[in-house]
Amino acid sequence: MTDAAQLQLKNGRLKKRHAAEARFRLYGRVAIIVALSFLVLLLGRIGLQGYSTFTTNTVSLPVYLDPARIDRADLEGSNYDYVVALSLLKRMGETEDEFGTNSGDAMALVSRDLGFQILDKVKADPNLIGKTIIVTGPVKADADLFYKGEMTRAVDEADRKLNNRQLDWLDRLKKSGAVTSGFNVNFFTHADSTEPEQAGILGAVMGSAMMLLVTALIAVPMGVMAAVWLEEFAPKNRWTDIIEVNINNLAAVPSIVYGLLGLAVFINGFGAPRGSALTGGMVLALMALPTVIIATRSALKAVPPSIREAAWGVGASRTQTVFHHVLPQAMPGVMTGTILSLAHALGETAPLLMIGMIAFNPGLPQGFTSSASVLPVQVFIWENASERAFHERTAAAIIVLLVFMIAMNAAAVILRRRFERRW
Amino acid sequence: MVAPMTAQPPLIRTAAPHTHNAAPANPPKILVRDVNVFYGAKQALFDVTLDIPGKAVTAFIGPSGCGKSTFLRCINRMNDTIQGCRVDGRIEMDGENVNDSHIDPVILRAKVGMVFQKPNPFPKSIFENVAYGPRIHGIASSKADLEGIVEASLKKAGLWAEVSDRLHQPGTGLSGGQQQRLVIARAIAVSPEVILMDEPCSALDPIATAKIEELIDELRQQYCIVIVTHSMAQAARVSQRTAFFHMGKLIETGSTEEIFTNPRESRTQDYITGRIG
Repeated sequence: MTDAAQLQLKNGRLKKRHAAEARFRLYGRVAIIVALSFLVLLLGRIGLQGYSTFTTNTVSLPVYLDPARIDRADLEGSNYDYVVALSLLKRMGETEDEFGTNSGDAMALVSRDLGFQILDKVKADPNLIGKTIIVTGPVKADADLFYKGEMTRAVDEADRKLNNRQLDWLDRLKKSGAVTSGFNVNFFTHADSTEPEQAGILGAVMGSAMMLLVTALIAVPMGVMAAVWLEEFAPKNRWTDIIEVNINNLAAVPSIVYGLLGLAVFINGFGAPRGSALTGGMVLALMALPTVIIATRSALKAVPPSIREAAWGVGASRTQTVFHHVLPQAMPGVMTGTILSLAHALGETAPLLMIGMIAFNPGLPQGFTSSASVLPVQVFIWENASERAFHERTAAAIIVLLVFMIAMNAAAVILRRRFERRW
Repeated sequence: MVAPMTAQPPLIRTAAPHTHNAAPANPPKILVRDVNVFYGAKQALFDVTLDIPGKAVTAFIGPSGCGKSTFLRCINRMNDTIQGCRVDGRIEMDGENVNDSHIDPVILRAKVGMVFQKPNPFPKSIFENVAYGPRIHGIASSKADLEGIVEASLKKAGLWAEVSDRLHQPGTGLSGGQQQRLVIARAIAVSPEVILMDEPCSALDPIATAKIEELIDELRQQYCIVIVTHSMAQAARVSQRTAFFHMGKLIETGSTEEIFTNPRESRTQDYITGRIG
């Protein structure tokens, strides 16, 4: 074979090699594009569905506190919703009919929150009875959906919750300026409620924060210490091998199993309070522990052995070496691993269902041992609700959960940077 | 007629003979008797017996894997930190066996400082690097005292002039040679009696190496220095005594001049002249 022929052969192979490389780059790009488009689809759908929750419609009504309908002796026993409905009817130029249909239609348009506000006001000042006061509160969720264009007249009257007359009233209220659209403050200041317009996320956010605090307080010191012992002190023998294998296996145990364990051990065994942030935090700590240990161990492994030798060389004990030099060096890695495992715990739902965190909690959590809601379970509860307005809130709750997680991940990155800059 | 061996010119120029050569003036600091070291089932050192004088530089030479670093690490019990490593025999420092159960390796390592092949300052400030040892051993009684120790140590290591205006900058920001002198200052700060150096110049350029060698020559006035080196020229330049290791055995030991001009063993001669190793 001549030299020229040999070169030709090589060129042929070279072309093939270049083609293969170009092909693999293309595959990589396609994979990234597909993955990103799924992410955009997911976030876009949630955003589209949920963003409308962040605005709401509020109604301001002059309400005549009719002394004939409010019993001074029994303020709690009076029907303020009815008082509000009558004032609304009057404003619409209607009166109550003998069957109460008109007042019923009116009551379906404004939140019961207005009635509660009146109760609070007359309790504080009974002299208001007989006067007309202005009350401001959210419209009912169905009315809100109408204002947001999610309920239209195009739908057959029998198939929607509000009839044509109610929709006319809503249009007139909007035109008269009694109804204004604005930021949905209630969603961020209230806990769950049976009324969608009253339901908020604050209870779940607080519950999640408290639970994560418990998880972090248990899992981080325990996990880091366990990792330090295994990595820096433990002899390498059969027993530590067994421990290591089991820790790795624990990280792969389905989370619901931890829920069952928590139910059996913490609740039935130790009598821990059911559905509380404390119990939830303990269960999630069990779940996060293996991940924290694994992350810490790999961070410790990454510290160069020369640092250990340097410390031993000047006469530092093993403990001093670990706590003065090795652990601080490993801290960025420990932080990142820990926060990511906590972020994972934040999104965990299944084990919490097992320990009774699915209860309906209309109030903010009172403490670590009282019943609490958490974000993912709140999403689950609202998604299961039959009222349409709750579905909108489901998406909004998911957005809040994602923001919470992104904030935690950002904290991980920032902490990592901060600790690295110290050196 | 072949000229006698002693009349040969030296193979490599050697340091001036140590002035306190007489036995009573410079008694051995470290006595090593029948030391065997095992890594698991593998034996790394065989029956090493050696005297290391105080206030002098002793160089260990030999090809890679001959056990010289292993032996060095026996002296301050750094081998304790290696799992499966076992040391037999006696290593006496000032008449006390360092492997005795009542000897705390932490105290021993404060008395026997160590400098490693790769400069390994702590990722902290220059000041903190030097202050760390005195701090953990409670040597300094006050902040001013500690600052004095740091300054004195850096001066002894010949680094003070270069770093006095940036003591609170990270030690890892120094050049390789400066880092190695910082590490020496860190070792000096706990006032050791012995300084072990494991190929201290192998990661440095010739100028930095020259500075470290000068420093070693000054330090031998106060400390017993043991240095492992791959450079025979370095051993010749800085040491007063040399020990040649080969395949886990101590082949020959003697004054540096003797080893480099008139080795008794043919293997030593072969190594020095580059025929083996």
